[in-house]
Amino acid sequence: MSRRIAFRNARLVDPASGLDVKGGLLVENGRIADVGPRLFNDAEPGDPEVVDCRGLVLAPGLIDTRVFTGEPGAEHRESLESASLAAAAGGVTSMVVMPNTDPVIDEPSLVDFLLRRAAATARVRVLPCAALTRGLHGEIMTEIGLLKEAGAVAFTDGDRSIANARVLRRALSYAATFDALVISHAEDPELVQGASATEGEFATRLGLPAAPAIAEAMMVERDIRLVELTGARLHFGQISTRAALVAIAAAKARGLPVTCGVSAHHLTLNELDVGPYLTFRKVRPPLRSEADRAAMAQGVATGVIDVIVSSHEPQGADTKRQPFASAAAGTVGLETLLAAALSLSHGGLTSLAHVLKTLTEGPARIFGLPTGKLAKGAPADLVLFDEHAPFQVRSEALHSRARNTAFEGRTFSGVVQQTFVGGERVFARG
Amino acid sequence: MTSAPAAPILQSSHLLGIAGLSRFDVTALLDLAETYVVQGRATDKKTALLKGRTLINLFFEASTRTQSSFELAGKRLGADVLNMSVKSSSVSKGETLLDTASTLNAMRPDLLVVRHQDAGAAELLSNKLDCSVINAGDGAHEHPTQALLDALTIRRRRGGFENLTVAICGDVLHSRVARSNLILLSMMGARVRLVAPRTLLPAEADRFGVEIYTDMEKGLAGADIVMMLRLQLERMSGAFVPSVREYFRFYGLDRAKLAHAKPGALVMHPGPMNRGVEIASDIADDVQVSLIAEQVEMGVAIRMAVLDALSRGHA
Repeated sequence: MSRRIAFRNARLVDPASGLDVKGGLLVENGRIADVGPRLFNDAEPGDPEVVDCRGLVLAPGLIDTRVFTGEPGAEHRESLESASLAAAAGGVTSMVVMPNTDPVIDEPSLVDFLLRRAAATARVRVLPCAALTRGLHGEIMTEIGLLKEAGAVAFTDGDRSIANARVLRRALSYAATFDALVISHAEDPELVQGASATEGEFATRLGLPAAPAIAEAMMVERDIRLVELTGARLHFGQISTRAALVAIAAAKARGLPVTCGVSAHHLTLNELDVGPYLTFRKVRPPLRSEADRAAMAQGVATGVIDVIVSSHEPQGADTKRQPFASAAAGTVGLETLLAAALSLSHGGLTSLAHVLKTLTEGPARIFGLPTGKLAKGAPADLVLFDEHAPFQVRSEALHSRARNTAFEGRTFSGVVQQTFVGGERVFARG
Repeated sequence: MTSAPAAPILQSSHLLGIAGLSRFDVTALLDLAETYVVQGRATDKKTALLKGRTLINLFFEASTRTQSSFELAGKRLGADVLNMSVKSSSVSKGETLLDTASTLNAMRPDLLVVRHQDAGAAELLSNKLDCSVINAGDGAHEHPTQALLDALTIRRRRGGFENLTVAICGDVLHSRVARSNLILLSMMGARVRLVAPRTLLPAEADRFGVEIYTDMEKGLAGADIVMMLRLQLERMSGAFVPSVREYFRFYGLDRAKLAHAKPGALVMHPGPMNRGVEIASDIADDVQVSLIAEQVEMGVAIRMAVLDALSRGHA
């Protein structure tokens, strides 16, 4: 089976190689067979299926490194399949899924289960993270060696911080033995307990239980010290404050193996967007001050922040239609990830290529993936999108089972037209 | 055999660690032990060298192997041997180590063998007692007679230590056996490697002039001797390593991993073994590669040599 697809008349943007030119791309047997400015310029290619890109951007498929689904255990909220439909519609060709499921992904057999379920049902690649501690209890490290062999790409307690420094120290040390990547969630668990907003004037006016923003930087600084001690590779899944960014920038400058991500909503929304108790904008960590939001955007532009993530977290009406303090945190985001991220380049803060870097080359580098680039021989994971086409986010138009978007009614520019995974078209806008 | 008055061979009246010994001390002890290997294999295993002397075995930690080895060594040399298992005696009634020491001192022993869970306990006793003190293991510090018996076993099989590569594998962090062995083997000219997950490697272990490996197959590549360490049960369940099955998969000695060592490589273990945790049964029981039983025999000979040497007074 030698299926060939020729993309012609594209604007090729490949952050890994710095390519940003008009040109073409040839897919053969699920891999990129050729790419370049002169490809298919003059003549129609012969036998292959031809996709005329009409000058739109053809880029490596996006890698979203922070996705929660409900599978196993809460498939009524979101399954791997339903999340993958949203991913495909959003140009996301690989989703790194968090282990916070029921049961928790803390056993090699469960990693195997996820990979098999994904192969059978999901439209895009599913890269499972395994728990760093058994049951996410923050006490006993998981079988990092066996889990890595089973296919876990990283180790994390997802949206939970490891409170016990001794436990984290040993887990990091053990992970370093296997060169395993650890993902940290930086929120001091005692300090943020019961909080649903960032401490400050706005939360005070609304009367919301709130936690100080430094709860994040405190954990980031502690974790960096432990990285220095253990030599482990540590990725902060998502940061949201300037103080955390400063600490990470300093750690990077000292040559420590530390990286970080930021969510699309922390780049585009601030605490005031909660307005009259909009629970669909209740997220963890909570939305921050405008100064912190602006610092996050700057952090992407300067390259201190390596990746932009959706932090896709499905919730139902039952968990969201509650008084703010009782409502569940989380927003879906797979379908809006690209458009929200592009608001940085549309706003003139950075280039399109740089935004795409945080969604392709950045995550591929940190997670050691063969995707995320337009290179000969690389898997043909591709997204074709119209950088400038505007659209309004409407929850009823989303492809995911869960519709709890924080961006309801918001207008973005950047519409995905087609998505390919391993050379197979998994989404085409009808 | 050794009935004639013999010249002193050690610089000190105690054996607290390998760190206090020179190459010459070690060689002299190993040479002396060779004569006791012969004596141990004879029909009449007993001499009167230490007739009238009192040896006290003071064990604050349970030990079958080391305690009986010292007991047998003392008896074969004609000493009166008293075993004190302190778990069940005065310590549980609140007596301090120094109180115990002065009580024992009043009994006028000539030799005291002590094992204690705290590093430095043997040294403390040596400062307070009038007799010779032999460290039979203090915390994660030293276990000198184990290293000496391992050295005797290796020397008898390989003729010496120069150009030998010895891989010490497993729970190095908590192991006094590893510390004594790496000091002794390095001093005698062997190349020593430590092989363990990072959670079981002590800080700055590289400062000891050893090579550090976290990948066991690489650590065993070209090794002449593979020395396995015991992993204590309480360290297998998540604090230092996640599980027994994962530990065995990556750090347990099986045929596949041993195949990376030099052809004819020999396997040692200080005992007691955890089969299926740090060592596969078929290797432990394979007399072609396993020196484990031989180590026990050499243990008695080494301890006889140590008792002999210390009872001669010091140079």
